Amino acid sequence: MMKILTLPPGIVAKYGSKAWPLGLAGAALVILGSLLSWSYDPTILGDLSITFNPGGLQLMAIALALLAVVLLLARKGPLTSLGQWADTAKGLDGLATWTLVFMAMVVVAITVEAGGLINVQPGCWISLLGAIILFASSRLLVSRKTRNLAEALLPGWAEILVIVVIMAGLLFGTAYALNLADGWVLILFLVFVTAVAMSTIRAGLMSWLAHVSLRRKRELILASFAVAFCFPLTQGGSDANMSIAAQVLIFASAAMGLNIVVGLAGLLDLGYIAFLGAGAYVGATLSTSGFATIGWKPPFFVVVIVAACFTATLGLIIGTPTLRVNGDYLAIVTLGFGEIFRLTMFNLDGNNGPDLTHGPNGIPAIPDLYFGSFNFGDTHSLLGIPLSRFSNYYFLLLLLLAFVILVFHRLNTSRIGRGWVAIREDEKAAEAMGVNVFGLKLLAFSTGAFLAGMAGAIKAHVDVSVTPDQYVFLESAFLLAAIVLGGMGTIVGVLVGSVILKLLPEKLRFFADYRLLLFGLLLVVMMRFRPEGLVASRRRQLEFHEEDEDLAVRVEGDIAEEVAG
Amino acid sequence: MTLTTEGTTTSPSAAVPLLQADNVTMRFGGLTAVSRVSMTVNEGEILGLIGPNGAGKTTFFNCLTGLYKPTEGQVRLSGVELPPKPRAVVKAGMARTFQNIRLFANMTALENVMVGRYCRTSSGAITSILHGPKFRREEAQTRARAQELLDFVGLGESTDHLARNMPYGNQRRLEIARALATDPKLVLLDEPTAGMNPLETRQASELIFKIRDSGLAVVVIEHDMRFIFSLCDRVLCLVRGETLIVGTPEEVQSDPRVIEAYIGSGTDEDEQDTGDGHEGAASAEDEQDTP
Repeated sequence: MMKILTLPPGIVAKYGSKAWPLGLAGAALVILGSLLSWSYDPTILGDLSITFNPGGLQLMAIALALLAVVLLLARKGPLTSLGQWADTAKGLDGLATWTLVFMAMVVVAITVEAGGLINVQPGCWISLLGAIILFASSRLLVSRKTRNLAEALLPGWAEILVIVVIMAGLLFGTAYALNLADGWVLILFLVFVTAVAMSTIRAGLMSWLAHVSLRRKRELILASFAVAFCFPLTQGGSDANMSIAAQVLIFASAAMGLNIVVGLAGLLDLGYIAFLGAGAYVGATLSTSGFATIGWKPPFFVVVIVAACFTATLGLIIGTPTLRVNGDYLAIVTLGFGEIFRLTMFNLDGNNGPDLTHGPNGIPAIPDLYFGSFNFGDTHSLLGIPLSRFSNYYFLLLLLLAFVILVFHRLNTSRIGRGWVAIREDEKAAEAMGVNVFGLKLLAFSTGAFLAGMAGAIKAHVDVSVTPDQYVFLESAFLLAAIVLGGMGTIVGVLVGSVILKLLPEKLRFFADYRLLLFGLLLVVMMRFRPEGLVASRRRQLEFHEEDEDLAVRVEGDIAEEVAG
Repeated sequence: MTLTTEGTTTSPSAAVPLLQADNVTMRFGGLTAVSRVSMTVNEGEILGLIGPNGAGKTTFFNCLTGLYKPTEGQVRLSGVELPPKPRAVVKAGMARTFQNIRLFANMTALENVMVGRYCRTSSGAITSILHGPKFRREEAQTRARAQELLDFVGLGESTDHLARNMPYGNQRRLEIARALATDPKLVLLDEPTAGMNPLETRQASELIFKIRDSGLAVVVIEHDMRFIFSLCDRVLCLVRGETLIVGTPEEVQSDPRVIEAYIGSGTDEDEQDTGDGHEGAASAEDEQDTP
């Protein structure tokens, strides 16, 4: 990221000493303003109109200001022991920039929602002024050299505590965000999250977290799973958010499967949604729906395996001739395959062929799953909290996602994963060193198809009906966009990307009409400034920055740490 | 430290040479890059391959290692004919390095060598996902073997360095270690000392002797005559795709035709010859490097 608005060194040298008190004053103004009323209208953006009773947005502004105070005190003052590890100037730079964006957007939001600039109360202007002063102060601070964060060791319990706090923040942040009815507040909340994230990343604390997560891998995985498991409990039996969450999980499972093909093996597949669709159709036709066209009704886990094997075979059949071509050609061939799948499903209606799929009508009324006496359609209760239909499916899909991630991770860190990296690096050299290039590509293709088949079989039951128009090219493009946006070849990145791409259009209805335009813009911006994605895989980052020698030196240790496992 | 596999015990069936190339011919359209070249390599031998730029040395290498399918002729390793597929050739026991280094730049030194072990390991997808006992055993062995090979070529300290961050000379060594990781009986080195200073060149020849002493045969393409003549047991000189002479370094060194091929005869054809031998042919060789 570039440093916005860099001041000439002369000014920095002259006024540099004023930066610290200036920053504290700015932060104090933001807090003071947030305690006052921001808007005349109590009905918009949560209630921001009562003095000394801050609403959600005002609390966010206060939190940002307090974070700025911590960073400033780490630079000079009681917290300097922290300051020797973190680059406070860069951290404050990121924080102040985004705090300013936050306050500016608040002004815009109040103006738009309440119908005029006149509705903005002095409290809001004071906070905006504070943000501007904070921003100016951050321009005047000079970056300092910090100690190597790999040496920053906390006692074990403290590291675990940090993980727990972050995970709890994640859980409650997500629950809070999902319950926000107002689009503006949600966007501002995302800006707030970005501000916190940018300041920790730029201060270098994120790389400390990366070291901790390598050291505490087991605890971290356990904690993430626990948080994901607890999420339905925060929803109090409401299905509104859980249905979105279930869709996000299906989307994330499919994206993670595609990530094996695109992120690990480096094959551009634009027809991946066809495998999800094939799995869904197998799941539907073998279900007990009255519209199912095949008489065989095996238990569900058999259906999942049949669907997965069917799509994996489909992957092999498609892959064998097409994987001999590379890059753009492969993309076009897979794109064509995706369309062939959709049109085939559209036409197997009894008029043009055997009646397998009921053509455009699809297969409706797919009944809910049941394991023994546990019916997924019923509401069950856990610890007194009711868990409805979508929560039940959520748990099942969580298991699926965990399985997909396990497959992804274990393949990535095996001999096969090394082979894939070698193919991406230099296909000819890999071949000349005895790597089975074609076999490994085919393996990636069919493993991805296998996982999509499993996800599809479950999706059929979650969605109740399966129709061809659910599996159009656009869905493949979205899956790919989630990977590119999040970070090819990473687990966390693709999860983040899936959540962003699936959740935002659901929550921000007003933005749904423009989502293609906005995602297109977002991708263009990403390609310009951060082609490796939000969460970069170290190796991918290197591949995207072939010329950057500094980067190569910096990440060398991280990669070696990953290799050592 | 031994580099030989169980297959190559020291009971030589002296009648069958390790590598035997018969009348290998490679034509690209109308251009005959390699014409009826025959070569034998015996066990534990270092053979040098010399010739002016564009003589077809690298093309010949590519024919041997399966990157090109020779138009005519055949290649046998220990009496078994090699199919023209790089992977099969590596599996049969012949590994190579490249003239322009082709390491996996964004992998660490250790990972590069571990990739070389790929064809000698067989953990499939399922055991990798389940972390079965075979996976654990093979992974530990691969790692240990890779480290052993890095120590062998003198890169024991650079295990964790990214290939692209390593100095040039070390990259050359790493490429040799990666080739050795495939448990070859024979390694083909394409200009292992190109761009090296005299000290590095001396270290490279020590390394090649060390490889030979561990029981492997080596074929080296080189331009540095002093290097070749001090290193090799036999030398083969290629000129314009044809064998000029095969013999001991002394024989080749004293053959007037070799000197003529490199320097020109000094007659009227002089200009035409050097023109052929350098500019035109050099670009042809560049193309051959990237098959």
